[in-house]
Amino acid sequence: MATTLRLSLPTLTTSLGLVLLAGAAALLLAAPARRLAPDLPPPQTVLVRPGTMLHRLDGDYSRVGQPVDAPRQLVRIHRPLEIMRYQVTAADYARCIAASACKRLDQPASRGDLPVTGVSLTDASDYAAWLSRETGATWRLPSDREWAYAAGSRFRDDARGLDADAANPALRWLADYDREAERKAAGGNDVALRPVGGFGLNEHGVADIAGNIWEWTSTCLRRVSLDAAGRTLGETSNCGIHVVEGQHRAMMTFFIRNPKSGGCSVGTPPDHLGFRLVRERSWRDAVPEMLRRRLPA
Amino acid sequence: MGQDRKPGESLTLTRRSILAGAAATGAIAQAAAPAQAQAVMTKVTAEDIAKLPRVKQKLVDPPFVHPHEQIATGGPKVIEFEMTIHEKKIVLDDAGTETFAFTFNGTVPGPLMVVHEGDYVELTLINADTNELMHNIDFHASTGALGGGALTEVSPGERVVLRFKATRPGVFVYHCAPPGMVPWHVTAGMNGALMVLPRDGLKDGQGKALKYDKVYYVGEQDFYVPRDETGKFKRYASPGDAHEDVVKAMRTLTPSHIVFNGKVGALTGKNALTSKVGETVLVVHSQANRDTRPHLIGGHGDYVWATGKFRNPPERDLETWFIPGGCAGAALYTFLQPGIYAYVNHNLIEAFELGAAGHFKVEGQWNDDLMKQIKAPAGI
Repeated sequence: MATTLRLSLPTLTTSLGLVLLAGAAALLLAAPARRLAPDLPPPQTVLVRPGTMLHRLDGDYSRVGQPVDAPRQLVRIHRPLEIMRYQVTAADYARCIAASACKRLDQPASRGDLPVTGVSLTDASDYAAWLSRETGATWRLPSDREWAYAAGSRFRDDARGLDADAANPALRWLADYDREAERKAAGGNDVALRPVGGFGLNEHGVADIAGNIWEWTSTCLRRVSLDAAGRTLGETSNCGIHVVEGQHRAMMTFFIRNPKSGGCSVGTPPDHLGFRLVRERSWRDAVPEMLRRRLPA
Repeated sequence: MGQDRKPGESLTLTRRSILAGAAATGAIAQAAAPAQAQAVMTKVTAEDIAKLPRVKQKLVDPPFVHPHEQIATGGPKVIEFEMTIHEKKIVLDDAGTETFAFTFNGTVPGPLMVVHEGDYVELTLINADTNELMHNIDFHASTGALGGGALTEVSPGERVVLRFKATRPGVFVYHCAPPGMVPWHVTAGMNGALMVLPRDGLKDGQGKALKYDKVYYVGEQDFYVPRDETGKFKRYASPGDAHEDVVKAMRTLTPSHIVFNGKVGALTGKNALTSKVGETVLVVHSQANRDTRPHLIGGHGDYVWATGKFRNPPERDLETWFIPGGCAGAALYTFLQPGIYAYVNHNLIEAFELGAAGHFKVEGQWNDDLMKQIKAPAGI
């Protein structure tokens, strides 16, 4: 007994401490910082496990002054990627407008279950900020790499496959033009919006990715110059222009809502601009996952 | 005495005094029409015309042009054309905006017809029995009867044959001109162009012959599609239903679309015009209703007849040329660099917001002497 009693004081303290800690952790895990607005359905997300992919990097690359394809590299996604299963819908976006947190659209959709289109990077960012406030989680645009990872087999490598030809820069322009014309012809004139899910799921369960809506990413236009050996000599970036991803990669000025008028003088612009968001993972997500992995099923 | 003079006499006197004046300045040789043109203006009897060789010419859809000689072999001929008028619903843009078009031969614009100075154009015009409206044709190249309009009014299910003599070399608009409804028919796409080549081909104004390897026909059209209260383009069951709203939209003088060859993007992508370095292209461009100012982004007009009439010397090295509404123009250009060119109406709002833009895809060797990027964009 005496031995037990003597030993019990530190044990007790430790136990109490553990109980308190566990309780606090449980509270933190159980309760989101703020409850969702009553009419706001929680966004459906897909969790894509970490892994690697061979990725055609974004950016305009030149080698010794000649434009070349961006390098294709092994890219590692270190943490699980939680991304919206569907693009943000017209109904979702209307709630943000109703809350005076998003700007009105030029041409509102005829029905709520269509993906919201006619949105600029600014609009998408406004929505992400509002959704983050409403849910207490951090929602943001995916980067080019994250989008490509989520798109999986639907990601289109749009490399031209042409060697830099110092003698004739027009070869690349003609190849670009033909490729985009081909894409447009192959898609017929399939520009009519479809209700969410209309373009089906990919292998990760992500819907409508690389359908006829191009999605904003957080990635800025980069220009990378390489030397003859392929080493980076310099890099500039322009965050007034962002990567939009869809059937091909396109560059879009941040305030453009309608890519038909936002494209350059030649070439084929994206059909529509929309977006989906990723939820920033926090330790609150990581702990239960870790526990699930450790504990036997 | 002057007050007693009849108008005819006054005209005679005026002509005489002009000729006298011209002779006095020694410019008579310049002012008088060339021998060939005089021959063209010589009256010919019906029997003479009946003896002329006849050629049946099949028309092709723009931007392409039926095969033809640039320099005429032999004397004048009677060139027979046949066009059927179709009223049809067309889609103007990728958003699916619809309008009722009235078309010569089924296309907007109607086909480019090519003859030589002194030839006779003999057109059989058919108004399909599926149509609702009366139509006709006014050839700016012809003389008399409102350009033939008064002699060619055909109701659905009727046909008419008109013959006229092509006396003036140049590119000319033709369009439908039914009484009381001219602008409605013209802005519904009912227009095209006729090219009357000089018998000895095009010249640079100093006697040097100009030849083209290829000719394209670009017909520019302003459309006025009515919108509903929410700003969406309206759709109608028939041209008659649309008429009142369309006329209201027309009276704003603000087109909803300005396009080349009937649709936004009709001359882009898979349908881009093609050429190659060293090739000489003649672009015939018509606008039956509204002014336009063609420009080839990255290129020029080597020889341009902006108002399209070949007896005037062409202007050289133009950046942009002005074609007034109701006129066709012609521009000759030899491509010097490969790449993608935009051919636009250089009111760039009309080009890129309303649709008046097409593309040229040009293959060939790059010329570093003309242009070279000395240093690619990189950090400062």
